[in-house]
Amino acid sequence: MAEMKVNLCGIELDNPIIPASGTFGYGYEFAELYDINCLGTFSFKGTTLEPRFGNPTPRIAECPMGMINAVGLQNPGVEKVISEELPKLAKCFHKPVMANVSGFAIDEYAQTCEMLDACDQVGWLEVNVSCPNVHGGGMSFGTSPEAAAEVTAAVKKVTKKPVLIKLSPNVTDIVSIAKACEDAGADGISLINTLLGMRIDLRTKRPVIANKMGGFSGAAIFPVAVRMVYQVAHAVKIPVVGMGGVSSAEDVIELMLAGATAVEVGAANLINPFASRDIVNDLPRVMEKYGIQNLKDIIGGVQ
Amino acid sequence: MKQGIFTIRKNIALTSNVYQMELAGDTSAITCSGQFVNLLLDGFYLRRPISVCDRVEGLLTLVYKVVGKGTEKMSRMTAGETLDILTGLGNGYDLSVAGERPLLLGGGVGVPPMYLLAKDLIAQGKKVSVILGFNTKDEIFYEDEFRALGADVTVTTVDGSYGVKGFVTDAMKTMDYTYFYTCGPEPMLKAVWNTSLTSGQLSFEERMGCGFGACMGCSCKTLTGNKRICKEGPVMRKEEILWQK
Repeated sequence: MAEMKVNLCGIELDNPIIPASGTFGYGYEFAELYDINCLGTFSFKGTTLEPRFGNPTPRIAECPMGMINAVGLQNPGVEKVISEELPKLAKCFHKPVMANVSGFAIDEYAQTCEMLDACDQVGWLEVNVSCPNVHGGGMSFGTSPEAAAEVTAAVKKVTKKPVLIKLSPNVTDIVSIAKACEDAGADGISLINTLLGMRIDLRTKRPVIANKMGGFSGAAIFPVAVRMVYQVAHAVKIPVVGMGGVSSAEDVIELMLAGATAVEVGAANLINPFASRDIVNDLPRVMEKYGIQNLKDIIGGVQ
Repeated sequence: MKQGIFTIRKNIALTSNVYQMELAGDTSAITCSGQFVNLLLDGFYLRRPISVCDRVEGLLTLVYKVVGKGTEKMSRMTAGETLDILTGLGNGYDLSVAGERPLLLGGGVGVPPMYLLAKDLIAQGKKVSVILGFNTKDEIFYEDEFRALGADVTVTTVDGSYGVKGFVTDAMKTMDYTYFYTCGPEPMLKAVWNTSLTSGQLSFEERMGCGFGACMGCSCKTLTGNKRICKEGPVMRKEEILWQK
């Protein structure tokens, strides 16, 4: 019998599969398609203190084996998330959910996290210091060890829930940033967010995306994710949640071998709405194929 | 929404770059005209959203224009090949407000969704008028198909090579109608919106990520709040549209 349970920062997951923020809404739309309680958990749509419409359209561009998005953190704001989205979710999801938080100033992160700390449904706070699609915030906090540590410390002050810091791959030294977050009290690291990318339309000679640049995700970025998860997991003692182009149960095993305790599935959900469920269902078969009895045993097991 | 595997029965050229594909599969998720499907092509990461031209039980008809590499690949597919398709996407047209003499306006590749709409309205006993707008005579398709349904058909061409010279709105000005439905390029939608004397519904296009409401890639602002073109759209009511561009 394949044992898929893992422990993420003190909370047990039935399996390590977590749909990534921004690809799964607030969950209930996917609950119309399948029972989302089959998932380990999921990370809900990036939430900010104030409501945001996001960037102008077009926000999406296709790439070989991937896509670029520049949604720009469209969300109804934390108050409405708590008063409207979470009650809707409670009807169809009975596990702790991961709350993804973004901000434009340190105290915005802290205020949003403090409000979500009061929600019993929320198991973890995943603090996004890596959104490439907003100006004057987001990624700018995740590209220097000092700023990332400052956000981490501010959030840790206002919550007792485990705090994961979601890092950007658009940096020269991911390890120093991960270590700074660990030193500032982070309970875990999640990575990678999207890679900054751009496409140009040959006919119009203009960028395909209105925001010009956006976050590149999808199967194409998987090798970058494996490399960065490996680097960070070997440098910090706290758990690492791996993500970036995960599309199959084999990818999940590979990221766990690189050092991930749990694995987020992103763009794949947008191509196949059943992708996360299918990966959960396929995991036992792939575990058997590679002689894995207990998933926990392979975390960081790369030779 | 349903995910299903469809088998191509027929894939033929209607003009130099517009094709008609007939597919066999489960069409039960398609509840009304104006909805779209999202199909996966080998070698392409994102699905292609295509409006539903017609559906009967077990058979889906798509009429699409070759605009890029994906639709170009589609045009080369042949009977017997299969496609993974998400069906029943989007809100579709609301037929309950049509009145007795609805006017349908389709421009170019906005013509196909008007077909199922006309068919359903005629089945309800409505007297349906259709204006089909094209740039030139060689681009015209489906004129006979709309006539065969029993619709009163007017064709406009911008260069005057066939039918009424001008835009769909030039023909619209001479029409008597109780309500309008339209689909086409955004400048046409805006012109129809400006010219129309009654209430109506307009179908919009946007680059999409998922097509089923998850990614927020195709959001727009309306007078009734933010909407996702793929989920709360693609059909909007005249009164809620907030023109951005």
